[in-house]
This record gives sequence, structure tokens and C-alpha cells, in this order.
Amino acid sequence: MSKISIVIIPLIVLSIIIYGYSKKINIYDSFLEGAKEGLLATFNIFPPMIAMVFAINIFLKSDFIEFALGFLSPFLKFLNLPLEILPMALLRPISGTSTLVIMNELFVIHGPDSLIGRLASVIQGCTDTTFYVMSLYFGSIKVLKTKYALKVGLFADLCGIIASFIIVRLFF
Amino acid sequence: MVNILWGVLIIIGITYGLLSGNIGAINDEVITSAAKGLDMILEILPILVLWMGLMKIAEDSGLLKKIAEWFYPLLSKLFPSLPKQSPALGYIASNIAVNMMGLGSAATPFGLKAMKAMQEINKKKDEASEAMITFLVLNTSGVTLIPTTVISLRMLNKSSNPTEIILPSILATLIASIGGLTLDYIIRKRRRKT
Repeated sequence: MSKISIVIIPLIVLSIIIYGYSKKINIYDSFLEGAKEGLLATFNIFPPMIAMVFAINIFLKSDFIEFALGFLSPFLKFLNLPLEILPMALLRPISGTSTLVIMNELFVIHGPDSLIGRLASVIQGCTDTTFYVMSLYFGSIKVLKTKYALKVGLFADLCGIIASFIIVRLFF
Repeated sequence: MVNILWGVLIIIGITYGLLSGNIGAINDEVITSAAKGLDMILEILPILVLWMGLMKIAEDSGLLKKIAEWFYPLLSKLFPSLPKQSPALGYIASNIAVNMMGLGSAATPFGLKAMKAMQEINKKKDEASEAMITFLVLNTSGVTLIPTTVISLRMLNKSSNPTEIILPSILATLIASIGGLTLDYIIRKRRRKT
């Protein structure tokens, strides 16, 4: 598996270059033109990125999540779900790095092959960080009115997380 | 909605910090978070510059159009508002393909190019178009076939079978995508009517 992933990117690069030569275009000029666009795109992403990191980090540092967990725990016990997984499920759409850190901690404490370890793996793998992707993609083209995008993105996350709970129970 | 959410995150954070006496940590965060944002930007900047350069070659040589043609039958159903000759379809196809391999950071430049191409045919430039939102749903639900980061962390923690979560992850990610796309479809239909 990992061997495949190792060759994929070099192969993509190789095919882009060879195809470019075969069509007789000035690949170096094209590259520079595109690279400049990349610089511009990063420039546009910068303000929304700062805004998001600011709000998310303040929220995370306040430990409000732990406070909210107190209310949710009876409900989870009723569903027979491990409490330890909840911070991950709640944070998944907001911050990819913090859920990655939590997942690693859960692996260390409970082991990757435990129910909690497997649940954490599937939750981490089932969705991407909605807030991050949204601010990145809409920020790059300066779209401010995102309409119903966040609603739909968060709904997809919710579906993925609920599905993770059910699927892990069925599989293992 | 982002307007509301962004403010709410800050209000909850600071208010709860004041109430719980944890305001010192919040204070540090206010001062240092911008630098963290800059770190993230510096991390993706070289990737974006390099890959957007490579992709420009793929675009100019017509490779992207080829890829778009292969995936057109499927993509035209998901993105009915995008015309067949739009380069956006090629970028979308490439973005999804690279994402599926679990190579998230290499997929981002394709995604940004797709957004740019969709913005060119967008009628209201400050508003998200339907195609953009559908694309975003596909992206945030993260259609990943091989969750490389998860597998490598499982390996590091000595899992007896690090890859056993691949199939459950694919199923969960599929359900997330289907759920998101369904809601997206329903909202689009409802907006048409009114």
C-alpha cells in the first residue's frame, strides 16, 4: 500500500512533463505562469486563514468543549458509546490537527486495535476539516457569501461520524 | 452562516474563559494565534506554488481536458451547471482523484484551480455558486480511499493490523458524501422553486 503512494506523486509529475513535451508547449513558461498564480492564491488565503485560526484556537483553549461534554455524557452512556471519543467527534469539522493529536493520544492510552482506537481511526479518515477547506477554497476566490455551504458540509460530517459509530460496531 | 459561527466561536471562547478563570490561556492565544496562522500559510505556500506551476503545464498541454473527458459522464450528473468545455471539470476530477489516494496536500492546488475556474463562470462574484458548494461537500466529506496519515499513526503505535480500518473508513466517507450530496440536492431543488 505505502509503496503505491510513494510512486504516485512522482508518476503524476512525470506524466505532466512528458505530455507537455509531446504537445510541444513551452513547459517552463507554463510552469512559471502557474507558480505565480499559486503565489497569488496563497496571498488571498492568508486573511481567512488568520481569521479561522484565531477564532478556532480561542474556542479550543477555553476548554468549553470539556464543559459541553458534561451535558452529553449521559446521552452517550445511554447509546453505549465510549466517552473518550466524543472530543474527536465534536472537533473533527473544526480542526484537523487537534483531532490528529487526540487520535494519537487515544492510540497510546487504549491501543490502536481497541474499540476506541478503531473508532478514532475511522472518524479521522471519514471526513475532512470542513472549516479549513471552506475558508481556504472560498477565501482563494474572495467569495464572502457562502450561502448554504457550511450547513451542507457540517451535515456531511455528522453523517460520517454517525456512520463511523455504526460501521465500527458492525465490522469488529 | 460563517459570519455567525466565526463570532460565536470567539464569544463562547472568551466568555467561558472569563467564567472558568482560564482567561490567561485565552490571552496567550489572542497574542500568538496570528503567528500560528502564518505558520500554516508558510507550510502550504511552497506546495501551492510548485503544484500550480505543474498544473498549468497540464492545462496548457490539454492533459486536464483529457482527464475531464474521462470523468465527464459522472461529473455532469453531479455538476449540471458546468459546461462540458469548462476546465473546472478537469480540476475537479484531478482533485478528487488525488484526494482518493490520501494525498490531501497535493489535492489542494487542484481544488483551488477548480474554484477559480468555477468563479470565472459564476454570475454573482461575491456569492458561492451551486457547483462550488457541491464541490465543497465532496471535498469536506473527504472521499479518501487510503487514509495515509491514520495508517502511519496506527503503525507507529504498533497496531497488529494497521490497514484494517480502510474498508470501514471508505464506507463511512461514502455515507458522509452521500448524506452531504443529498442535502445539497434537496436545497438546490427547493431554491429553484422559490
